[in-house]
Amino acid sequence: MPKRLGQQTVAFSRPPVLLSTASVVGPEEGKGPLGQYFDVVKQDRLLGQKSWELAEEMLCEEACDLAIKKVGLTPQQVDFFLAGDLLNQIITANFSARTLGVPFLGLFGACSTLAEGLALGGMLLDGGFASTVLTACASHHDTAERQYRYPTELGVQRPPTAQWTVTGAGAVLMGLSGPGPVLTHATVGKVISMGLKDPADLGSAMAPAAAETIWQHLQDTGRLPTDYDLIATGDLGAVGHPICRRLLADRGLALGENFTDCGLLIYDRNRQNVDAGGSGCGCSAVVFASYLVPRLIAGEIRRLLLVPTGALFSPTSWKQGQDIPAVAHAVVVETPA
Amino acid sequence: MAPARTPQEAYQQTARAMQPRRPILKNTVLAFLVGGLICALAQLFLSYLLGRGVPQKEALAVTSGFMVFWGAFLTGLGVYDNIGRVGGMGAALPITGFANSMVSPAIEYKREGYVLGVGAKLFTVAGPVIVYGLVSAVLVVLARWLLTGRP
Repeated sequence: MPKRLGQQTVAFSRPPVLLSTASVVGPEEGKGPLGQYFDVVKQDRLLGQKSWELAEEMLCEEACDLAIKKVGLTPQQVDFFLAGDLLNQIITANFSARTLGVPFLGLFGACSTLAEGLALGGMLLDGGFASTVLTACASHHDTAERQYRYPTELGVQRPPTAQWTVTGAGAVLMGLSGPGPVLTHATVGKVISMGLKDPADLGSAMAPAAAETIWQHLQDTGRLPTDYDLIATGDLGAVGHPICRRLLADRGLALGENFTDCGLLIYDRNRQNVDAGGSGCGCSAVVFASYLVPRLIAGEIRRLLLVPTGALFSPTSWKQGQDIPAVAHAVVVETPA
Repeated sequence: MAPARTPQEAYQQTARAMQPRRPILKNTVLAFLVGGLICALAQLFLSYLLGRGVPQKEALAVTSGFMVFWGAFLTGLGVYDNIGRVGGMGAALPITGFANSMVSPAIEYKREGYVLGVGAKLFTVAGPVIVYGLVSAVLVVLARWLLTGRP
């Protein structure tokens, strides 16, 4: 079986197994509709630390620790650690890797990092370069606020297009054999910009990238949207998700009820003050780790297409008036028959 | 709607049509109520001072200080950001909002120390207001001097 399909897709000939997943989230996420599914819900956004950054690192380390311990392994038995986050120089991932002591490759795909880690981890495993790979990503509402926007205590009004960065970390441990859902395909996305410039409306900026990657994935694999029980984008939110659906409909792909978004699943937008929904690389990571994968294991969904999207801008680039490019990677996870 | 020329423009048109509008009327009303309430509290305090026979000049200064204290205090308690989310400009414009714009960076950047954090970043929010406030003051005085010959 060829390992490359079409333009942008890889098909794993030895599909890597998701041995375990873990998530650690903050209080707001714990109060959301998925609150009961997360492994650990912290009651304090600072986690008793001196800074938001330290708190985010704690989230990441705890999620990694949990994923490894769930299958009775130790960090010494993990061949690679692939991780990323939203902070400058990906300090959360770097510092977690220091604590973990596993050979480390840092990733930055903004909020698409989970899929980037899964795709690369899958390639390392299928390529025979590793037998166990840990991938993780984390985000924190307050570290993101202070880096991308304003001091956390500043009283500013949020536009209805703004999204709420998820405080949480998700980790996925993959191996070559064992029980669990398997990773069968990955479609690596191209960076796309449609000229949008508003950092308070990332859903609109990222929707075209998600539509493009979903379309390309279906082209490459020769599949239809109905071949998936669930197609979940990462954090397009209430603004970007309908736009993505519309873009695909314009290209003749009608997506039905099985098309959802992690940013819409994680919060109750009527009850929680999150405007257009969740965002951040922790968003798709914790929803995938604690909600989607368990549903795959339970057989409620058999084949999932996960498409996390990332807005690839920095506080410097948008202040200089540059537009906001975006990327989306897709991975297919399914329960073996 | 003007015909779109490039795929980018076409997309921006599509996206704009699907984006939620800012609730301008609601925001304006809330800004009026929140801002009005803050100013009414200040006026109440000022009237109290004047009623107690404090001279107007001193009473005004003490009232400003009183409002700055409450803006800073509520920022420290983590309340003012919530007032700002609801009240928008109504919470930002009064002097309590100025206090919030100074105290919130002070809290935020204290973690980087008193020199590289608080010292260097204290004016991140208020800085532009102060800079352009000063520039416009100079321009106004300059214009008056040119027009009337009086400094």
